[in-house]
Amino acid sequence: MSLVLTQLLNGIQLGSLLFLLSAGLTLVFGIMNFINLMHGSLFMMGAYFAASTFSATGSFFIAMLAGIGGAALLGVVVERLVVAHMYERSHLHQVLVTFGLVLFFNELARIFWGPTSIHAGSPGAFSGSVEIFGSPYPSYRILIITLSLGVAAGLYFFIRHTRLGMLVRASASRSDIASALGVNVVMLKRCLFAFGAALAGLAGVMAGPITSVQPGMGEPILIMTLVVIVTGGIGSVRGAFFSAMVIGIADTVGRIYIPMLLRATFERSTAQAIGPALASIMIYLLMACVLALRPQGLFPVRHG
Amino acid sequence: MVDPMSLINTRRGWTGFSVLVLFALFPFLADLAGEAYYVTFLTRVLIIGLAAVGLNVALGYAGMVSFGHSLYLGVGAYTVAILSDLGITNAVLHLSIALCAGIVISALVGLVCLRTTGVAFIMITLAFAQMFYYVVVGLRQYGGDDGMSLSARSTLGSISLENNNVFYYVCLMIVALILWGVHRMSRSRFGSVIRGCKLNERRMAALGFATLRYKLLAYIFSAQICVVAGFLLANLAKFSSPSYLQWSMSGELIVMVVLGGIGTVFGPILGAMSLLLLEEVLANFGLPIPFGVGKFIQSHWMLLIGLFIVITGIRVKDGLAGFMNHRKRVS
Repeated sequence: MSLVLTQLLNGIQLGSLLFLLSAGLTLVFGIMNFINLMHGSLFMMGAYFAASTFSATGSFFIAMLAGIGGAALLGVVVERLVVAHMYERSHLHQVLVTFGLVLFFNELARIFWGPTSIHAGSPGAFSGSVEIFGSPYPSYRILIITLSLGVAAGLYFFIRHTRLGMLVRASASRSDIASALGVNVVMLKRCLFAFGAALAGLAGVMAGPITSVQPGMGEPILIMTLVVIVTGGIGSVRGAFFSAMVIGIADTVGRIYIPMLLRATFERSTAQAIGPALASIMIYLLMACVLALRPQGLFPVRHG
Repeated sequence: MVDPMSLINTRRGWTGFSVLVLFALFPFLADLAGEAYYVTFLTRVLIIGLAAVGLNVALGYAGMVSFGHSLYLGVGAYTVAILSDLGITNAVLHLSIALCAGIVISALVGLVCLRTTGVAFIMITLAFAQMFYYVVVGLRQYGGDDGMSLSARSTLGSISLENNNVFYYVCLMIVALILWGVHRMSRSRFGSVIRGCKLNERRMAALGFATLRYKLLAYIFSAQICVVAGFLLANLAKFSSPSYLQWSMSGELIVMVVLGGIGTVFGPILGAMSLLLLEEVLANFGLPIPFGVGKFIQSHWMLLIGLFIVITGIRVKDGLAGFMNHRKRVS
């Protein structure tokens, strides 16, 4: 029982990180119709900024601010220099440009921090574990889940119940008309891109201590994030939340139980051969099934 | 049927003809220069260029932005590797089994992917490629993460593919054949229909075309060209590795297509040549630039490639092929 619970919590924790990334990505896509592959690079840079700051100052809070702020600042710079030229271009060119940026930032990280992974310290106050239904669970992971749920609640409130959120929704459905009514859509886009970058940075900060901080660390999670937003319905924050949780849990639980199930049904050698492969493609199969049944994703955005 | 002589009579035909002669003479020129390595390099350019030609059929002609064509390179490469491991070495058998596997996989993947359009299509093709990447990494008995090396190239009757020059000519022939096929396809009714789907699918559907069927066929055709390229790539390196299926491979193929010219026959080959040449030059950067800049470029050439791709994406509209055509029109 305790194994199930622990794996479930691990799944929710992965889902939390995925939500932080996919919320920014799906908002940027929904409003600007811009496909941003360098979201994973922002995640990586956030982790690096935080890890460096933490080892310099020893304060996780300052490191967190540095990671979020650094990623947001980077987002602003990249938006001004590159992305702003690309809003009107085709998706193909957007993919191309952001792919180039991914390679650029990976190499940049290699230049500044070296090719191997660096240590990212975790906050001392969250180094222990807490008892959940009688089984211990690392409190740092609980912190990640709590933070992400907080962000989700904040985002829901912001988009549904504030004036700025209303403008965001208006720009998402018809940015030309919103602009004609006097909304500064350019500025709105710029802020939103920086906000998405900050969320990616936050995800990077939180992921740092539990994964390895190294060049290219953003790519596997970027691809999972893309799976999340396609499954959830592109542009929908609500869809991103639910499908991030589903994908996170499916991936974590699948990795544990699929090999176990296979070992119970097949011979040992067969199970060992196909177990890991099958476990790692679970989420892609899930996505394929969802898309085959509902091409628009689980929570399609209805405009108008 | 196009009369071969009429092709040569045009100026464009002449350019093509002289390029072909240059390619055919290349091994001799490399031998004269004493740099046999360049034959292998050019073979790699041709093979990767072929994969880009394949992607261009889906991307350039049919307007399907696939970010997962490395998947089919992998199918070709791993069919060769697994069959060789089982003791089957016949090249024809390798290629036909690879194509069969490729057709089945691309038909299934294509059917699911074509349920979506636009950005979702880009992402789902990427996800499928990633899925196969993990499958291949999980195949421990076939090298897993490290890839597996082949003991020898595929055998083709009395022709020995082990000789690099012979292998180069085989590749050149296959590439020329497929380029001709793509050229014919682009002129055919099928080519017009898929170009129509790219411009306005709804209108094509209203005209009574079963657009899904045409797009799926174009996708399968484009995937098979990549399968052939994968088959050749594994043979060239005598090595098959998960890195062929990595998403950066799909990305580079897109770069080549855009750089060379979307929807042109020769463009992708030009694009592949430019990108691979640039990588080769930067990775072996020998110019003695002071303050360690030369050394810096040599060890961190990916930085410049990244910038190059960004600038290509922002600036390049018609690609190299378009640029050349434009110059011809002006002169």
